[in-house]
Amino acid sequence: MQNMGIEVLFKGINSLRLWQGLWVTIRIALISMVFSIILGFLLGMVMNIPNKIIKFICRIYLEIVRIMPQLVLLFLVYFGAAKHLGMNLSGETAAVIVFTFWGTAEMGDLVRSALISIPKHQYDSGYGLGLNKWQVYLYIILPQTIRRLLPSAVNLLTRMIKTTSLVALIGVVEVLKVGKQIIDASRYTNPTAALWVYGAVFFMYFIICFPFSRLSRVLEKKFAD
Amino acid sequence: MGQPILEVEHLKKSYVNNVPILDDVSFSLQKGEVVVIVGPSGCGKSTFLRCINRLEEIDTGVLKLNGVSYEKEKKNISKVREKIGMVFQSYDLFPNMTILNNLLLAPMKVQKRNKEEVKKEAEQLLDRVGLLDKKDNYPRQLSGGQKQRVAIVRAMLMHPEIMLLDEITAALDPEMVREVLQVVLELAKTGMTMLIVTHEMEFARSVADRVIFMDKGNIVEENTPEQFFDNPETDRAKQFLNSFHYETVKK
Amino acid sequence: MDFEFIREQTPLYIEAAKLTLHMAVIGVLLAIVVGLVCSMIKYFRIPVLRQIVECYIELSRNTPLLIQLFFLYFGLPKIGIVLSSEQCAITGLTFLGGSYMAEAFRSGLDNVPPIQVESALSLGMSKSQVFTNIILPQAVSNSIPAFCANAIFLIKETSVFSAVALADLMFVTKDLIGIYYKTDEALFMLVIAYLIILLPISLICSFVERRVRYAEYGD
Repeated sequence: MQNMGIEVLFKGINSLRLWQGLWVTIRIALISMVFSIILGFLLGMVMNIPNKIIKFICRIYLEIVRIMPQLVLLFLVYFGAAKHLGMNLSGETAAVIVFTFWGTAEMGDLVRSALISIPKHQYDSGYGLGLNKWQVYLYIILPQTIRRLLPSAVNLLTRMIKTTSLVALIGVVEVLKVGKQIIDASRYTNPTAALWVYGAVFFMYFIICFPFSRLSRVLEKKFAD
Repeated sequence: MGQPILEVEHLKKSYVNNVPILDDVSFSLQKGEVVVIVGPSGCGKSTFLRCINRLEEIDTGVLKLNGVSYEKEKKNISKVREKIGMVFQSYDLFPNMTILNNLLLAPMKVQKRNKEEVKKEAEQLLDRVGLLDKKDNYPRQLSGGQKQRVAIVRAMLMHPEIMLLDEITAALDPEMVREVLQVVLELAKTGMTMLIVTHEMEFARSVADRVIFMDKGNIVEENTPEQFFDNPETDRAKQFLNSFHYETVKK
Repeated sequence: MDFEFIREQTPLYIEAAKLTLHMAVIGVLLAIVVGLVCSMIKYFRIPVLRQIVECYIELSRNTPLLIQLFFLYFGLPKIGIVLSSEQCAITGLTFLGGSYMAEAFRSGLDNVPPIQVESALSLGMSKSQVFTNIILPQAVSNSIPAFCANAIFLIKETSVFSAVALADLMFVTKDLIGIYYKTDEALFMLVIAYLIILLPISLICSFVERRVRYAEYGD
């Protein structure tokens, strides 16, 4: 039988190794996401404080995140921190810092707009019923905010998973690096390995991201008032 | 009476779940006549107008304009619609064009009329409804009442044989209702044939030659405005008219 | 910071920035073309093509550009399709951006209120007249904010082009850090270069966005 090349994926534990490689970036995405949600909620509330200086600082922060490519931020932290803080930040730590920095801004903006999208009379009727400020937030505003946030938060997670693929460019050993190792190892036995390995990585990302983006869309429809 | 300008015979229409929205409605309209349709929400009166203009497809029945049936017309349906002007509740001016361009679009594109001639006519009509100074504004710069007056002018410019007005004041603030209805009254005086759906009972009484009361997809009562509003024949019409009155609370 | 070094290396960054911008402009324009075609196919529900477009959009939106580029650059040559770095970069950016633009334009189309179509029809306009005179202009202005956001997103995405050996800003920066250990200077110039490219575009976009939002229905 002619050598197709696809068997490179099924040789030994190659498939497993690829998934393990992908897990490295997904783990970064998940950790960053958890931090981003927590910090993003705080940021979102802070951004609604009617104070010019706070507003201005938040504006600058969001603008930086909006304009700077994530890879540039990764370079800044990875190479910059190594030099100035004298510590050798691992690629993964640098990535978590950068993706949290990015995710917090995105999440914060989402929380902010979710908060202001809740009509003022919701607060008023809460106060009118004799609830105090915290009770109004906890029982009336927060549940409605979360409903509005959930679809975009899930969407942010898929973007996070896709974007963490960039860590390959600051030397983190993840799915692309593992793929390269597999390709190099089978250079002579399987010359078309690159096609199959990178093709597989492409579909692995798809398999992970597709359900989340579907979920995000389903939630969006469900929560549309 | 001569040939009716519009005839509707045994019109039936139901939505996907087979709930009939119009159940065997027959109706005719004479040239120059103004007919007002009233009835509770959901009685099918708006759907009825939309079917006449074929914005909704009908299940069965016949629609005739000047004796020619058009309920199955596909290719030339826009020719029919040219002759039947329609004004909707609201939001139907094209937001990306100035008032004047809103008015010029259809006469120029559809009827291929000369721009200068249409423009002159448009300005005359705008002047008549008191909005000539707004011709270069965009719809967003106009109040709801002003927009509806423009929408009426836009339909008039096509020189329709019939005008369908579908609750044209329902989305307006109360103080703007009058300025729009005044325009409709003026139109009625010029002999325009109109079929009007409205909730403004006082207006209905003064503009209508004939009132039709619809309920649950049927025409329940057809009468002169005086008879209908003072002495309705059917119980359902009485009930409906009563819903506009409040009893005085005496303490 | 070594300003002498910065001065010396500036031409290098200008070249790299030009390359980045060049790729980005072509990529964004092609993405708009692909997006328009795809959204039309979806809007008019053209059979078969529509399913293909839907598959494409899902594949493109659920995979990272970096992985797409690796497949194009390292994978495809194995079956005889050899693309240059530039061709890979533009193909990748178009593949990615096309779906984003398609979705943007499609929601622009969907957000044209049905009453607009109905009132145009009731003025006797034909379906194609309604489409070109009413639906299309409104859909375009509806989707301009999303187009802008996508353009910024795509320009940012060009930062991964160094992965396919394109001598862009990231590539030059990594080189300078590797060869001269001038980390601060290299990173400083990198940030400045991206600021110069993206800040004006971002400002123009928010300006356009505000104009468009203001030009909406107004009530």
